[in-house]
Amino acid sequence: MIEVKDLTKKFAEQTAVDHVSFVVNKGEILGFLGPNGAGKTTTMRILTGFLPATSGTAQVAGFDVFNDSLEVRKRIGYLPENPPLYLDMTVTAYLEFVARIKNVPAEMRNARVEEVLAKTNITDKRHELIKRLSRGYKQRVGLAQALVHDPEVIILDEPTVGLDPKQIIEVRHLIKGLAGSHTIILSTHILPEVSMTCDRVVIINRGRIAAIDTPANLTTQLKGGQNVRLEVGADQNAVCAAIRELPGVRRVTGEPAGGNGRVVVTVEASPGQDVRSQIASKVVGKGWPLFELRGVNLSLEEIFLELTTEDSEHADASPN
Amino acid sequence: MKGMYAVYRKEMGHYFVSPVAYIIVAVFLILTAYFFNRLTVLIIQESFQASIEEAQFGGGQAFDVPSLVMRNFFGVLSTLLLFLTPMLTMSVYAEERRRGTMELLMTSPVTDLEIVLGKFFASLTLLVIMLLPTAIGFAYMLRHAEPTAPWRVLGSEYLGVLLLGAALLALGSFFSSLTENQLIAAMLSFGAILLLWVLDFGSQAGSSAWASGLEYLSVFRHYDDFTRGVIDTSNVIFYLSFIFLGVFLTIRSVDSMRWRRA
Repeated sequence: MIEVKDLTKKFAEQTAVDHVSFVVNKGEILGFLGPNGAGKTTTMRILTGFLPATSGTAQVAGFDVFNDSLEVRKRIGYLPENPPLYLDMTVTAYLEFVARIKNVPAEMRNARVEEVLAKTNITDKRHELIKRLSRGYKQRVGLAQALVHDPEVIILDEPTVGLDPKQIIEVRHLIKGLAGSHTIILSTHILPEVSMTCDRVVIINRGRIAAIDTPANLTTQLKGGQNVRLEVGADQNAVCAAIRELPGVRRVTGEPAGGNGRVVVTVEASPGQDVRSQIASKVVGKGWPLFELRGVNLSLEEIFLELTTEDSEHADASPN
Repeated sequence: MKGMYAVYRKEMGHYFVSPVAYIIVAVFLILTAYFFNRLTVLIIQESFQASIEEAQFGGGQAFDVPSLVMRNFFGVLSTLLLFLTPMLTMSVYAEERRRGTMELLMTSPVTDLEIVLGKFFASLTLLVIMLLPTAIGFAYMLRHAEPTAPWRVLGSEYLGVLLLGAALLALGSFFSSLTENQLIAAMLSFGAILLLWVLDFGSQAGSSAWASGLEYLSVFRHYDDFTRGVIDTSNVIFYLSFIFLGVFLTIRSVDSMRWRRA
């Protein structure tokens, strides 16, 4: 449905998007994840035809975003970072206007407006002026605007910003409900959002793609080895030294646990190694009392940090 | 052109939902009513004076009161447009850029031409709405004056003011598309219009090619013939090309937003 190849966008001084390629299949939800200024918004703006790319191509529903911009725009619903609202209009008047410029046929306009009002749960505010609405409601009007012409492709730039927790859950449900019949790209810097709503994730940093995969694969594949945390009633240095001897252990760090003579040790294993049983038998073999031993999964947050910092290290190391 | 109509409707809604349009129209109508009244009274007094002198000394010329009122009134009207059109156009693009709604328009299936024309015709409609009530006074005057002035003179004057206004609106819209700040947009268009006015003043002294070139560029000079009831094709073409240029530059400016935005 969406095909992006070698997309590059340079502004005067910096490269905002650097040879980005990815594909989004029909009915899929793709999450864009990255720190602020990573190039998420720029990529989305290129896809919606708001910005031209410096080089590379992007196709939406088989149409080139630059050469067939109008065809692409007919098929896209777009919620920019700041919802593009006319504050002097009422919610209904605004949505009718958007339906009009998005070429919704006159006889379907009312029905479509009603539907998105209900979907985004703003029917009760329909006659209010947009300027009187709270941040959360404005965000939902923005979302309604992106859906009003029932587009094939929906691009949402940080759709849950400014919403309270209950509304965030509602909007996530709404987005999940749209998948299947719509192809969705959403950007966020909130990690749980990605693992909850998206089928696949693109991690983007400094304009480059750091990883593309499903949230589940990212967690297992990229976490390297499993981390193990254990609590032992023995001398810190002795425990660390003993565990360090074990095969498959990459790094060991210890710290005293709250003055009761115990020590908390964090073990980082090499990729693909499960070192838990070896650690257990080692500790028990030494006769040390073992209070706790558990595997710690890297959260998406840590993976994200790892990927994005690793990437910047590479960038700094390279000449220029 | 469906997109253009949608933009046009939105703009009209915007003008009349906010108090801006009402205030501008009200101020305009109060001022024009005042000028109409003063001009009529003054010119009638003068014509009395003239007829008294005529009776005393003989000769003299018959006073054509309606034509004089109309000519002077439309002269004043062009000055009012100088001040009012920048206010009509200052927010047209600047506000959309500031609020980010330009992004909505530019990612919708409407062409830049449709956006620009929709907005231009909306501001032109507002101008017509402003001008229409001024015709009431003239209609009354032309019905009751003796001798009366021909209606076509009035028609030519309204055509002139419409063309002049449209040209100034096209210019103002262009300046509004250059900035996110309404005040800057208003100042730029006011300055530009004033300059086009001053071009006319300066050129009256000289007679070189340079001076006559400047004179030709003055938007107000081409307006004079209309106030005298003369519809000269060259003047009409001047205004139409001025409007065309303004609309064209605005389209280029809207297009360039895609390239400039960081």
